[in-house]
Amino acid sequence: MQGSQILQRLRDRFGGAVVDSHEHHGDATLVVERAGLIDALRFCRDEASLDFDVLMDLTAVDYSRYPGREDGPRFEVVYHLYSIAHNHRLRVKVRVDEDDATAPTAVDLWPIANWFEREVWDMFGLRFSGHPDLRRLLLYEEFVGHPLRKDYPINRRQPLIGPKV
Amino acid sequence: MSPEPVRRDFMLGEGTGTGSGTGGDSNLQIGLGPAHPAMHGIIRIQTELDGEFIRKADVEIGYLHRAFEKDCEVGGYNNAIPYTDRLNYVSPLINNFAYASAIEKLLGIEVTERCQFIRTAMAEISRVCDHLTCIAATSMELGAFTVFLYMIKAREYLYELVEDVTGARLTISYGRVGGVKADLPDGFAPKMTTAFKETREVLDEVHRLLTGNRIFMDRMVGIGALSREETIAYSITGPMLRAAGVGYDVRRAQPHWAYDRVQWEVPTQKDGDNYARYLVRMAEMEQSMRIAEQALALMPGGPINVDFEGKAIDPAAYIDRGKQGKTEGLLLVPITLSPNLQGQNRPLHDRVNTSDKHVVLPPKENTYGSIEGLMNHFMLIMEGYGIRPPMGEAYFATEGANGELGFYVISDGGDRPYRVRCRPPCLPPLAALHRMIEGEQIADLIPTFGSVNMIGGELDR
Repeated sequence: MQGSQILQRLRDRFGGAVVDSHEHHGDATLVVERAGLIDALRFCRDEASLDFDVLMDLTAVDYSRYPGREDGPRFEVVYHLYSIAHNHRLRVKVRVDEDDATAPTAVDLWPIANWFEREVWDMFGLRFSGHPDLRRLLLYEEFVGHPLRKDYPINRRQPLIGPKV
Repeated sequence: MSPEPVRRDFMLGEGTGTGSGTGGDSNLQIGLGPAHPAMHGIIRIQTELDGEFIRKADVEIGYLHRAFEKDCEVGGYNNAIPYTDRLNYVSPLINNFAYASAIEKLLGIEVTERCQFIRTAMAEISRVCDHLTCIAATSMELGAFTVFLYMIKAREYLYELVEDVTGARLTISYGRVGGVKADLPDGFAPKMTTAFKETREVLDEVHRLLTGNRIFMDRMVGIGALSREETIAYSITGPMLRAAGVGYDVRRAQPHWAYDRVQWEVPTQKDGDNYARYLVRMAEMEQSMRIAEQALALMPGGPINVDFEGKAIDPAAYIDRGKQGKTEGLLLVPITLSPNLQGQNRPLHDRVNTSDKHVVLPPKENTYGSIEGLMNHFMLIMEGYGIRPPMGEAYFATEGANGELGFYVISDGGDRPYRVRCRPPCLPPLAALHRMIEGEQIADLIPTFGSVNMIGGELDR
């Protein structure tokens, strides 16, 4: 399916929950409400004409320094979906406020979301409600802060010396 | 005075059941790694053993985390190229080109035909290097040291090719946004033919040594298997997915560079076990060499400015003339410059780089020899200038040696990327590793871990 048809299909189905949709550089992108996220993802996966069976990537973006987005919701969680059968892609995004930095987990839909979400928690400090094991993935548990946030200075060092007693 | 008796739990470790007094019914906790010779790179697998069998495994990663994504945000767009070398350090060319292509998608520019063929050929040479290393290391861990030496020998021939083109073996930094660093050197094609001939001989030998080998098959067949459904659910791509019977290959599904202009096949297997992965990798090396050969044969020459007269002068004299202001006609004077060391030979520059002045540095001769070239150079190098893609986001994926290698780049309109996300092909297989090893013996962990082909640099970024 063409990107525009995918977006049309999803807008028809989830009219109220769709915040925005666009197709810059040929990448179909859908922004949904947090409450409708899991329904939308499940629909993308299970609907035969969409059949997005692969969660290719899951990451987040901190928009706090982005021109024009300083006041808006600080984070976006970005899902890149791919369908092997139909060979089409879709990007689904959900906006998350800093005060309530939580998104629903997608582990029930795709088991790979487990590690991807752990990495997002590690790097951005976003929690995923319902995640079975939300530990840091790349950094160590004693690490303070979340380094991919825009307010984390690049030159801050936190050496870990020896085991914690 | 008799020595103190050695405690039983000192000899046997924890979990022998001494505490409970019932005699050894609890499982043994064994941590493999992070510094273990069989853990390619550094990774820790905390296992719970019942005798020889792994009951539970927890994979810990992150020991090689270098803040790749954070580092990308503090420099210009081309500054990230050396960091991408260090993602998958066995096939760094693919990372270079994938990153550059993601930025090109964001900019909305096309690279020249010749550059696309160069990228295709060099990416395939890297893929052969990667698969050679993977199979070599796996077979060495299973005791086949001969295979290791043969394959590393073949890789050496390919590394020499890479060195000829890029000037380095590992940290090649050859890709550029809008092109590549330099054109292919003279005499590249016959060298590649020789290297491929040697590689094919090695592959043939390895086939005879391993493919029907009883010991090898006992260790590989049926071990570390993952069903087709689970492979997809864990987003595993690349050779591991194709070994499970799904013919998904980004090069075929979404052709980029020159992959739609060459003939090749996507090898698949059905079983999804270590042996199937080995067979897929062996078959893919042949296909990669086919692609590289065709790419080189089909490579267009592109324009070379040959309508000037006069003898070539050496770079120092050229620059001296420029400094003295004797720039008349200088832009047409040919110059004896190595095509792969000091930037580009000017006539070759246009063949491999896009014509967009806002993206690609001018040839060094122009930078040193004319004010326009110097200004152009400055406008791309100075902080606050440089490559400035319009606001927006783009995701570009190519087939890395281990699967889909994607770059998701966001621009805020400035000269530095707002966010660079690398989708590491290694991470999903590692996330599913516990599914492959639980229930099997601890000795089976070694070939399974080998067939996953974990590359720490890309996994931990």
